[in-house]
Amino acid sequence: MIDPDVLKIETDLVVTALHQRYGLDFRQYSRASLERRLQGLVEKLALDHVTDLIPRLLHEPGFVDRMVNGIAVNVTEPFRDPECFAAIREHVFPVLRTYPYFKIWHAGCASGEEVYSMAIMLREAGLLDRAQIYATDINTDALARARDGIYTSEAIARGEKNYLAAGGTGQLADYVLQQYGSARFANSLRDNMVFSQHNVVSDEVFGEMVLVLCRNVLIYFERDLQNRVVDLFHRSLAHRGFVALGAKESMTHLASGSDFECLDRHARLYRAV
Amino acid sequence: MQFDAIVIGGSHGSFDVLMNLFASLPRSDMPPIFVVIHIPRDSTQDFVTHFNTRCGCRMVEIEDKQVPEGDRVYLAPGGYHALLERDRRLSLSSDEPVNHAQPSIDVLFESAAVAYGNRLLAVLLTGASSDGAAGMARIDALGGTTIVQDPTTARSPVMPKAALALIRPDHLVAPDVLADTIRDLVSGAQPRGMMHGDG
Ligand SMILES: C[S@@+](CC[C@H](N)C(=O)[O-])C[C@H]1O[C@@H](n2cnc3c(N)ncnc32)[C@H](O)[C@@H]1O
Repeated sequence: MIDPDVLKIETDLVVTALHQRYGLDFRQYSRASLERRLQGLVEKLALDHVTDLIPRLLHEPGFVDRMVNGIAVNVTEPFRDPECFAAIREHVFPVLRTYPYFKIWHAGCASGEEVYSMAIMLREAGLLDRAQIYATDINTDALARARDGIYTSEAIARGEKNYLAAGGTGQLADYVLQQYGSARFANSLRDNMVFSQHNVVSDEVFGEMVLVLCRNVLIYFERDLQNRVVDLFHRSLAHRGFVALGAKESMTHLASGSDFECLDRHARLYRAV
Repeated sequence: MQFDAIVIGGSHGSFDVLMNLFASLPRSDMPPIFVVIHIPRDSTQDFVTHFNTRCGCRMVEIEDKQVPEGDRVYLAPGGYHALLERDRRLSLSSDEPVNHAQPSIDVLFESAAVAYGNRLLAVLLTGASSDGAAGMARIDALGGTTIVQDPTTARSPVMPKAALALIRPDHLVAPDVLADTIRDLVSGAQPRGMMHGDG
Protein backbone atom coordinates (compact mmCIF):
# COMPACT_ATOMS: atom_id res chain seq x y z
CA MET A 1 0.00 0.00 0.00
CA ILE A 2 1.33 3.38 -0.95
CA ASP A 3 2.73 5.72 1.68
CA PRO A 4 0.53 8.85 1.84
CA ASP A 5 3.52 11.19 1.93
CA VAL A 6 4.90 9.61 -1.21
CA LEU A 7 1.51 9.81 -2.89
CA LYS A 8 1.34 13.50 -2.07
CA ILE A 9 4.74 14.14 -3.67
CA GLU A 10 3.81 12.07 -6.72
CA THR A 11 0.54 13.94 -7.12
CA ASP A 12 2.33 17.28 -6.84
CA LEU A 13 4.75 16.20 -9.57
CA VAL A 14 2.00 15.15 -11.96
CA VAL A 15 0.10 18.36 -11.29
CA THR A 16 3.28 20.33 -11.96
CA ALA A 17 3.87 18.51 -15.25
CA LEU A 18 0.30 19.17 -16.39
CA HIS A 19 0.62 22.81 -15.49
CA GLN A 20 4.07 23.58 -16.81
CA ARG A 21 3.79 21.60 -20.03
CA TYR A 22 0.14 22.10 -20.92
CA GLY A 23 -1.05 25.04 -18.83
CA LEU A 24 -3.62 22.73 -17.27
CA ASP A 25 -4.02 23.90 -13.72
CA PHE A 26 -5.17 21.26 -11.26
CA ARG A 27 -3.25 22.83 -8.39
CA GLN A 28 -6.39 23.87 -6.58
CA TYR A 29 -8.48 20.79 -7.15
CA SER A 30 -9.53 19.04 -3.95
CA ARG A 31 -6.70 16.65 -3.30
CA ALA A 32 -8.43 13.63 -1.82
CA SER A 33 -10.54 13.09 -4.91
CA LEU A 34 -7.71 13.98 -7.32
CA GLU A 35 -5.42 11.41 -5.68
CA ARG A 36 -8.14 8.78 -6.02
CA ARG A 37 -8.56 9.59 -9.70
CA LEU A 38 -4.84 9.42 -10.38
CA GLN A 39 -4.55 6.10 -8.58
CA GLY A 40 -7.51 4.81 -10.57
CA LEU A 41 -5.83 5.88 -13.79
CA VAL A 42 -2.60 4.17 -12.80
CA GLU A 43 -4.52 0.98 -12.16
CA LYS A 44 -6.43 1.22 -15.43
CA LEU A 45 -3.26 1.73 -17.42
CA ALA A 46 -1.54 -1.09 -15.50
CA LEU A 47 1.26 1.22 -14.32
CA ASP A 48 3.12 0.87 -11.04
CA HIS A 49 3.28 4.42 -9.77
CA VAL A 50 1.51 7.73 -10.16
CA THR A 51 4.80 9.20 -11.35
CA ASP A 52 4.80 6.68 -14.22
CA LEU A 53 2.21 8.99 -15.75
CA ILE A 54 4.81 11.74 -16.12
CA PRO A 55 7.02 10.33 -18.90
CA ARG A 56 3.96 9.47 -20.95
CA LEU A 57 2.51 12.88 -20.28
CA LEU A 58 5.69 14.59 -21.44
CA HIS A 59 6.65 12.37 -24.35
CA GLU A 60 3.57 10.64 -25.72
CA PRO A 61 1.46 12.75 -28.09
CA GLY A 62 -2.19 12.82 -27.12
CA PHE A 63 -1.68 11.25 -23.73
CA VAL A 64 -2.57 14.49 -21.98
CA ASP A 65 -6.15 14.26 -23.26
CA ARG A 66 -6.47 10.71 -22.01
CA MET A 67 -5.22 11.88 -18.68
CA VAL A 68 -7.56 14.82 -18.36
CA ASN A 69 -10.43 12.63 -19.47
CA GLY A 70 -9.43 10.16 -16.79
CA ILE A 71 -9.19 12.76 -14.05
CA ALA A 72 -12.31 14.78 -14.83
CA VAL A 73 -15.32 12.95 -13.51
CA ASN A 74 -18.38 13.13 -15.69
CA VAL A 75 -21.15 11.35 -13.92
CA THR A 76 -24.47 12.92 -14.85
CA GLU A 77 -28.03 12.12 -15.95
CA PRO A 78 -31.05 13.75 -17.59
CA PHE A 79 -32.84 16.28 -15.39
CA ARG A 80 -30.47 15.56 -12.51
CA ASP A 81 -31.80 17.23 -9.37
CA PRO A 82 -35.10 18.20 -10.93
CA GLU A 83 -35.76 20.92 -8.34
CA CYS A 84 -33.02 22.92 -10.05
CA PHE A 85 -34.90 22.82 -13.35
CA ALA A 86 -38.20 23.58 -11.64
CA ALA A 87 -36.64 26.62 -9.96
CA ILE A 88 -35.20 27.82 -13.27
CA ARG A 89 -38.62 27.50 -14.84
CA GLU A 90 -40.14 29.50 -12.02
CA HIS A 91 -37.56 32.25 -11.58
CA VAL A 92 -35.61 32.49 -14.81
CA PHE A 93 -38.11 31.78 -17.57
CA PRO A 94 -40.23 34.88 -16.88
CA VAL A 95 -37.08 36.94 -17.36
CA LEU A 96 -36.08 35.05 -20.50
CA ARG A 97 -39.45 35.94 -21.99
CA THR A 98 -38.47 39.61 -21.89
CA TYR A 99 -35.47 38.96 -24.19
CA PRO A 100 -35.78 38.55 -27.96
CA TYR A 101 -32.57 36.55 -27.84
CA PHE A 102 -30.50 35.20 -24.95
CA LYS A 103 -27.46 33.07 -24.12
CA ILE A 104 -27.20 30.18 -21.68
CA TRP A 105 -23.94 28.56 -20.64
CA HIS A 106 -23.54 25.04 -19.28
CA ALA A 107 -20.06 25.04 -17.73
CA GLY A 108 -18.90 21.49 -17.04
CA CYS A 109 -21.70 19.97 -19.12
CA ALA A 110 -20.08 16.50 -19.09
CA SER A 111 -21.85 14.17 -21.54
CA GLY A 112 -24.59 16.72 -22.11
CA GLU A 113 -27.72 15.30 -20.50
CA GLU A 114 -28.16 18.56 -18.63
CA VAL A 115 -27.98 20.54 -21.87
CA TYR A 116 -30.69 18.53 -23.61
CA SER A 117 -32.79 18.66 -20.47
CA MET A 118 -32.62 22.44 -20.51
CA ALA A 119 -33.41 22.58 -24.22
CA ILE A 120 -36.50 20.46 -23.65
CA MET A 121 -37.71 22.81 -20.94
CA LEU A 122 -37.09 25.80 -23.16
CA ARG A 123 -38.94 24.09 -26.00
CA GLU A 124 -41.94 23.38 -23.81
CA ALA A 125 -41.99 27.02 -22.73
CA GLY A 126 -41.74 28.19 -26.36
CA LEU A 127 -38.36 29.78 -25.69
CA LEU A 128 -35.92 27.49 -27.43
CA ASP A 129 -35.87 29.48 -30.69
CA ARG A 130 -34.55 32.51 -28.88
CA ALA A 131 -31.79 30.66 -27.12
CA GLN A 132 -28.12 30.32 -27.91
CA ILE A 133 -26.81 27.49 -25.75
CA TYR A 134 -23.11 27.06 -25.01
CA ALA A 135 -22.05 23.74 -23.53
CA THR A 136 -18.45 23.47 -22.40
CA ASP A 137 -16.20 21.06 -20.55
CA ILE A 138 -12.51 20.22 -20.32
CA ASN A 139 -13.17 16.56 -20.97
CA THR A 140 -13.05 15.96 -24.74
CA ASP A 141 -14.55 12.45 -24.51
CA ALA A 142 -17.51 13.77 -22.61
CA LEU A 143 -17.91 16.68 -25.03
CA ALA A 144 -17.94 14.29 -27.98
CA ARG A 145 -20.72 12.31 -26.34
CA ALA A 146 -22.58 15.52 -25.58
CA ARG A 147 -22.34 16.55 -29.23
CA ASP A 148 -23.67 13.17 -30.37
CA GLY A 149 -26.53 13.31 -27.91
CA ILE A 150 -26.82 9.53 -27.89
CA TYR A 151 -27.59 7.80 -24.60
CA THR A 152 -28.76 4.39 -23.54
CA SER A 153 -32.49 3.80 -23.64
CA GLU A 154 -32.31 2.90 -19.96
CA ALA A 155 -30.78 6.27 -19.09
CA ILE A 156 -33.66 8.00 -20.86
CA ALA A 157 -36.20 5.73 -19.16
CA ARG A 158 -34.65 6.49 -15.77
CA GLY A 159 -34.85 10.19 -16.59
CA GLU A 160 -38.65 10.17 -17.02
CA LYS A 161 -39.31 10.57 -13.31
CA ASN A 162 -36.94 13.50 -12.98
CA TYR A 163 -38.37 15.07 -16.12
CA LEU A 164 -41.84 15.04 -14.59
CA ALA A 165 -40.53 16.31 -11.26
CA ALA A 166 -38.91 19.18 -13.15
CA GLY A 167 -42.34 20.11 -14.49
CA GLY A 168 -42.16 18.38 -17.85
CA THR A 169 -45.50 18.21 -19.62
CA GLY A 170 -44.97 15.27 -21.96
CA GLN A 171 -42.54 12.39 -21.92
CA LEU A 172 -38.79 12.43 -22.22
CA ALA A 173 -39.16 9.64 -24.78
CA ASP A 174 -41.02 12.08 -27.05
CA TYR A 175 -37.75 13.90 -27.64
CA VAL A 176 -35.58 10.97 -28.61
CA LEU A 177 -35.28 8.66 -31.57
CA GLN A 178 -34.87 5.10 -30.38
CA GLN A 179 -32.33 3.10 -32.31
CA TYR A 180 -31.04 -0.33 -31.30
CA GLY A 181 -31.12 0.13 -27.54
CA SER A 182 -29.83 3.65 -27.69
CA ALA A 183 -31.68 6.92 -27.85
CA ARG A 184 -30.67 10.04 -29.73
CA PHE A 185 -32.07 13.43 -28.88
CA ALA A 186 -33.95 15.05 -31.75
CA ASN A 187 -31.98 17.33 -34.05
CA SER A 188 -34.49 20.12 -33.55
CA LEU A 189 -33.32 20.41 -29.93
CA ARG A 190 -29.73 21.04 -30.89
CA ASP A 191 -30.07 23.72 -33.57
CA ASN A 192 -28.86 26.43 -31.21
CA MET A 193 -26.29 24.44 -29.28
CA VAL A 194 -22.55 24.99 -29.48
CA PHE A 195 -20.21 22.49 -27.81
CA SER A 196 -16.63 23.48 -27.11
CA GLN A 197 -13.74 22.86 -24.82
CA HIS A 198 -13.41 25.46 -22.09
CA ASN A 199 -11.54 25.31 -18.81
CA VAL A 200 -13.25 27.35 -16.09
CA VAL A 201 -9.96 27.52 -14.19
CA SER A 202 -7.93 29.25 -16.87
CA ASP A 203 -10.10 30.30 -19.81
CA GLU A 204 -11.91 33.59 -20.01
CA VAL A 205 -15.41 34.89 -20.36
CA PHE A 206 -16.78 34.39 -23.88
CA GLY A 207 -20.20 35.97 -24.02
CA GLU A 208 -22.94 37.70 -22.09
CA MET A 209 -25.04 35.02 -20.46
CA VAL A 210 -28.45 35.34 -18.89
CA LEU A 211 -28.02 32.01 -17.16
CA VAL A 212 -24.96 29.97 -16.24
CA LEU A 213 -25.39 26.41 -15.05
CA CYS A 214 -22.34 24.98 -13.36
CA ARG A 215 -23.40 21.98 -11.36
CA ASN A 216 -21.24 19.46 -9.54
CA VAL A 217 -18.04 21.04 -10.76
CA LEU A 218 -17.19 23.40 -7.87
CA ILE A 219 -17.13 20.52 -5.37
CA TYR A 220 -13.92 19.37 -7.05
CA PHE A 221 -12.24 22.69 -6.26
CA GLU A 222 -10.68 24.21 -3.17
CA ARG A 223 -12.39 27.27 -1.74
CA ASP A 224 -10.07 29.82 -3.39
CA LEU A 225 -10.70 28.33 -6.79
CA GLN A 226 -14.45 28.13 -6.17
CA ASN A 227 -14.28 31.80 -5.41
CA ARG A 228 -12.44 32.65 -8.60
CA VAL A 229 -14.75 30.57 -10.76
CA VAL A 230 -17.87 32.14 -9.29
CA ASP A 231 -16.26 35.48 -10.05
CA LEU A 232 -15.73 34.35 -13.66
CA PHE A 233 -19.42 33.56 -13.87
CA HIS A 234 -20.29 36.95 -12.44
CA ARG A 235 -18.20 38.63 -15.11
CA SER A 236 -19.82 36.57 -17.84
CA LEU A 237 -23.36 37.43 -16.83
CA ALA A 238 -25.70 40.00 -18.29
CA HIS A 239 -27.17 42.50 -15.83
CA ARG A 240 -29.07 40.59 -13.12
CA GLY A 241 -28.18 37.26 -14.67
CA PHE A 242 -28.62 33.88 -12.97
CA VAL A 243 -26.31 31.09 -11.79
CA ALA A 244 -27.42 27.55 -10.98
CA LEU A 245 -25.08 25.39 -8.88
CA GLY A 246 -25.19 21.71 -7.97
CA ALA A 247 -27.34 20.38 -5.13
CA LYS A 248 -24.40 20.30 -2.70
CA GLU A 249 -22.74 23.53 -3.80
CA SER A 250 -23.34 26.98 -2.46
CA MET A 251 -22.09 30.54 -2.51
CA THR A 252 -22.62 30.97 1.22
CA HIS A 253 -18.95 30.73 2.16
CA LEU A 254 -17.55 32.47 -0.90
CA ALA A 255 -16.47 36.11 -0.99
CA SER A 256 -17.56 36.30 -4.62
CA GLY A 257 -20.98 35.13 -3.45
CA SER A 258 -21.67 38.63 -2.14
CA ASP A 259 -22.32 39.62 -5.78
CA PHE A 260 -25.36 37.34 -5.74
CA GLU A 261 -28.65 36.87 -3.99
CA CYS A 262 -30.01 33.41 -3.36
CA LEU A 263 -33.38 32.85 -5.05
CA ASP A 264 -33.92 29.27 -3.97
CA ARG A 265 -31.74 27.79 -1.26
CA HIS A 266 -32.72 24.21 -1.94
CA ALA A 267 -32.35 24.45 -5.71
CA ARG A 268 -29.10 26.47 -5.37
CA LEU A 269 -30.28 29.15 -7.76
CA TYR A 270 -28.60 32.56 -7.54
CA ARG A 271 -29.04 35.93 -9.20
CA ALA A 272 -26.50 38.72 -9.65
CA VAL A 273 -27.44 41.82 -7.66
CA MET B 1 -8.52 12.50 23.90
CA GLN B 2 -6.93 9.52 22.15
CA PHE B 3 -8.52 10.20 18.79
CA ASP B 4 -9.09 13.20 16.57
CA ALA B 5 -11.91 11.54 14.64
CA ILE B 6 -14.14 8.50 14.47
CA VAL B 7 -15.40 7.02 11.21
CA ILE B 8 -18.29 4.59 11.10
CA GLY B 9 -19.52 2.58 8.13
CA GLY B 10 -22.44 0.25 7.83
CA SER B 11 -25.13 -0.93 5.52
CA HIS B 12 -27.94 -3.43 5.74
CA GLY B 13 -28.97 -3.78 9.39
CA SER B 14 -26.80 -0.94 10.65
CA PHE B 15 -29.57 1.57 11.18
CA ASP B 16 -30.71 0.01 14.47
CA VAL B 17 -27.13 -0.41 15.65
CA LEU B 18 -26.49 3.27 15.00
CA MET B 19 -29.72 4.32 16.72
CA ASN B 20 -28.60 2.57 19.90
CA LEU B 21 -25.07 3.81 19.55
CA PHE B 22 -25.94 7.48 19.15
CA ALA B 23 -28.43 7.27 21.99
CA SER B 24 -25.68 6.02 24.32
CA LEU B 25 -22.51 7.86 23.29
CA PRO B 26 -21.39 10.78 25.49
CA ARG B 27 -22.53 14.21 24.32
CA SER B 28 -19.30 16.00 25.15
CA ASP B 29 -15.54 15.49 24.91
CA MET B 30 -16.02 13.51 21.74
CA PRO B 31 -14.12 13.96 18.49
CA PRO B 32 -16.12 14.47 15.28
CA ILE B 33 -17.82 11.30 14.06
CA PHE B 34 -18.18 10.71 10.31
CA VAL B 35 -20.77 8.22 9.19
CA VAL B 36 -21.35 6.50 5.86
CA ILE B 37 -24.38 4.30 5.50
CA HIS B 38 -25.79 3.33 2.15
CA ILE B 39 -28.73 5.68 2.00
CA PRO B 40 -30.59 6.66 -1.14
CA ARG B 41 -30.34 10.09 -2.69
CA ASP B 42 -32.59 12.80 -1.34
CA SER B 43 -33.14 10.92 1.92
CA THR B 44 -30.25 12.44 3.85
CA GLN B 45 -32.19 15.10 5.69
CA ASP B 46 -34.82 12.56 6.75
CA PHE B 47 -32.11 10.41 8.30
CA VAL B 48 -30.52 13.38 10.03
CA THR B 49 -33.84 14.48 11.51
CA HIS B 50 -34.65 10.96 12.56
CA PHE B 51 -31.35 10.41 14.37
CA ASN B 52 -31.48 13.80 16.03
CA THR B 53 -35.01 13.49 17.33
CA ARG B 54 -34.77 9.85 18.33
CA CYS B 55 -31.22 9.77 19.72
CA GLY B 56 -30.68 13.35 20.79
CA CYS B 57 -27.38 13.45 18.96
CA ARG B 58 -26.07 16.45 17.05
CA MET B 59 -26.02 15.12 13.54
CA VAL B 60 -25.62 17.22 10.43
CA GLU B 61 -25.34 16.38 6.78
CA ILE B 62 -21.79 16.63 5.45
CA GLU B 63 -21.25 19.77 3.40
CA ASP B 64 -18.50 20.38 0.90
CA LYS B 65 -15.36 22.01 2.41
CA GLN B 66 -16.81 21.93 5.91
CA VAL B 67 -14.45 22.12 8.89
CA PRO B 68 -15.51 19.38 11.31
CA GLU B 69 -16.05 20.05 15.02
CA GLY B 70 -16.09 17.78 18.04
CA ASP B 71 -19.29 16.48 19.66
CA ARG B 72 -20.97 16.33 16.29
CA VAL B 73 -21.95 13.55 13.95
CA TYR B 74 -21.52 14.07 10.20
CA LEU B 75 -23.60 11.99 7.83
CA ALA B 76 -22.48 11.49 4.23
CA PRO B 77 -25.28 12.53 1.86
CA GLY B 78 -26.87 9.95 -0.42
CA GLY B 79 -25.75 10.22 -4.04
CA TYR B 80 -22.32 11.70 -3.26
CA HIS B 81 -19.05 10.43 -1.88
CA ALA B 82 -17.66 12.14 1.20
CA LEU B 83 -13.91 12.50 1.66
CA LEU B 84 -11.54 13.94 4.22
CA GLU B 85 -8.74 16.15 2.98
CA ARG B 86 -5.27 16.19 4.50
CA ASP B 87 -6.12 19.47 6.22
CA ARG B 88 -9.09 17.61 7.75
CA ARG B 89 -11.76 19.45 5.90
CA LEU B 90 -14.57 17.49 4.33
CA SER B 91 -15.25 17.42 0.64
CA LEU B 92 -17.87 15.82 -1.54
CA SER B 93 -17.51 14.24 -4.93
CA SER B 94 -19.91 13.15 -7.61
CA ASP B 95 -17.71 10.30 -8.89
CA GLU B 96 -19.05 6.95 -10.02
CA PRO B 97 -20.34 4.61 -7.32
CA VAL B 98 -17.62 2.55 -5.63
CA ASN B 99 -18.56 -1.03 -4.68
CA HIS B 100 -21.97 -0.12 -6.16
CA ALA B 101 -22.34 2.43 -3.39
CA GLN B 102 -22.56 6.19 -3.31
CA PRO B 103 -21.61 7.23 -0.70
CA SER B 104 -19.01 4.52 -0.37
CA ILE B 105 -17.47 3.57 2.96
CA ASP B 106 -14.12 2.84 1.32
CA VAL B 107 -13.92 6.33 -0.15
CA LEU B 108 -14.45 7.98 3.23
CA PHE B 109 -12.27 5.52 5.15
CA GLU B 110 -9.31 5.57 2.77
CA SER B 111 -9.21 9.36 2.78
CA ALA B 112 -9.69 9.52 6.56
CA ALA B 113 -6.81 7.09 7.03
CA VAL B 114 -4.51 9.56 5.31
CA ALA B 115 -5.96 12.62 7.04
CA TYR B 116 -5.86 11.21 10.59
CA GLY B 117 -3.28 8.43 10.64
CA ASN B 118 -3.04 6.89 14.12
CA ARG B 119 -5.46 9.48 15.53
CA LEU B 120 -8.38 7.70 13.87
CA LEU B 121 -10.86 5.25 15.34
CA ALA B 122 -12.81 3.27 12.73
CA VAL B 123 -15.92 1.16 13.14
CA LEU B 124 -17.35 -1.21 10.53
CA LEU B 125 -20.82 -2.60 11.14
CA THR B 126 -23.23 -5.06 9.60
CA GLY B 127 -23.84 -4.91 5.87
CA ALA B 128 -24.49 -6.98 2.79
CA SER B 129 -21.57 -5.81 0.67
CA SER B 130 -17.81 -5.72 1.03
CA ASP B 131 -17.66 -1.92 0.97
CA GLY B 132 -15.47 -0.69 3.82
CA ALA B 133 -13.06 -3.62 3.95
CA ALA B 134 -10.36 -1.92 1.86
CA GLY B 135 -10.84 1.24 3.87
CA MET B 136 -10.39 -0.63 7.14
CA ALA B 137 -7.21 -2.19 5.79
CA ARG B 138 -5.86 1.23 4.88
CA ILE B 139 -6.74 2.63 8.31
CA ASP B 140 -5.10 -0.34 9.98
CA ALA B 141 -1.96 0.05 7.86
CA LEU B 142 -1.67 3.74 8.72
CA GLY B 143 -1.92 3.17 12.45
CA GLY B 144 -5.58 3.80 13.14
CA THR B 145 -7.59 1.74 15.63
CA THR B 146 -10.19 -0.62 14.19
CA ILE B 147 -13.43 -2.00 15.56
CA VAL B 148 -15.43 -4.55 13.60
CA GLN B 149 -18.89 -5.74 14.54
CA ASP B 150 -18.80 -9.41 15.43
CA PRO B 151 -20.30 -11.05 12.30
CA THR B 152 -22.24 -13.51 14.46
CA THR B 153 -24.21 -10.52 15.79
CA ALA B 154 -24.68 -8.89 12.38
CA ARG B 155 -27.94 -8.92 10.47
CA SER B 156 -25.74 -9.16 7.36
CA PRO B 157 -22.32 -10.61 8.10
CA VAL B 158 -20.85 -9.98 4.62
CA MET B 159 -19.40 -6.57 5.45
CA PRO B 160 -17.66 -7.40 8.73
CA LYS B 161 -16.46 -10.70 7.30
CA ALA B 162 -14.92 -8.95 4.29
CA ALA B 163 -12.96 -6.74 6.68
CA LEU B 164 -11.91 -9.69 8.81
CA ALA B 165 -10.53 -11.33 5.69
CA LEU B 166 -8.12 -8.41 5.33
CA ILE B 167 -7.24 -7.37 8.86
CA ARG B 168 -7.18 -8.48 12.45
CA PRO B 169 -9.18 -5.67 14.03
CA ASP B 170 -8.16 -4.22 17.38
CA HIS B 171 -11.64 -4.95 18.71
CA LEU B 172 -14.37 -7.32 17.61
CA VAL B 173 -17.56 -6.35 19.40
CA ALA B 174 -21.27 -6.98 19.66
CA PRO B 175 -23.58 -3.97 19.18
CA ASP B 176 -24.58 -3.82 22.86
CA VAL B 177 -21.03 -3.05 23.99
CA LEU B 178 -20.11 -0.83 21.07
CA ALA B 179 -20.92 2.48 22.77
CA ASP B 180 -18.92 1.53 25.88
CA THR B 181 -16.00 0.36 23.79
CA ILE B 182 -15.88 3.62 21.86
CA ARG B 183 -16.28 5.74 24.99
CA ASP B 184 -13.46 3.92 26.76
CA LEU B 185 -11.16 4.11 23.78
CA VAL B 186 -11.81 7.82 23.33
CA SER B 187 -11.20 8.58 26.99
CA GLY B 188 -8.11 6.40 27.09
CA ALA B 189 -9.54 3.91 29.59
CA GLN B 190 -9.03 0.19 29.03
CA PRO B 191 -12.02 -0.77 26.88
CA ARG B 192 -14.50 -3.25 28.27
CA GLY B 193 -15.50 -4.53 24.83
CA MET B 194 -14.34 -8.01 23.96
CA MET B 195 -10.75 -7.81 22.89
CA HIS B 196 -9.47 -9.50 19.82
CA GLY B 197 -6.10 -11.19 19.75
CA ASP B 198 -3.45 -9.61 21.92
CA GLY B 199 -5.07 -6.09 21.78
C1 LIG C 1 -19.75 15.54 -12.17
S1 LIG C 1 -19.70 16.29 -13.74
C2 LIG C 1 -21.11 17.33 -13.70
C3 LIG C 1 -21.97 17.22 -14.93
C4 LIG C 1 -23.28 17.98 -14.88
N1 LIG C 1 -23.08 19.42 -14.81
C5 LIG C 1 -24.12 17.50 -13.71
O1 LIG C 1 -24.27 18.23 -12.73
O2 LIG C 1 -24.66 16.40 -13.77
C6 LIG C 1 -18.33 17.41 -13.60
C7 LIG C 1 -17.82 17.92 -14.94
O3 LIG C 1 -16.94 19.03 -14.71
C8 LIG C 1 -15.93 18.97 -15.69
N2 LIG C 1 -14.80 19.79 -15.25
C9 LIG C 1 -13.89 19.52 -14.29
N3 LIG C 1 -12.99 20.51 -14.21
C10 LIG C 1 -13.34 21.42 -15.16
C11 LIG C 1 -12.78 22.66 -15.56
N4 LIG C 1 -11.67 23.14 -15.01
N5 LIG C 1 -13.40 23.34 -16.56
C12 LIG C 1 -14.51 22.85 -17.14
N6 LIG C 1 -15.09 21.68 -16.80
C13 LIG C 1 -14.49 20.97 -15.82
C14 LIG C 1 -15.63 17.48 -15.78
O4 LIG C 1 -14.96 17.16 -16.97
C15 LIG C 1 -17.03 16.88 -15.70
O5 LIG C 1 -17.57 16.69 -16.97
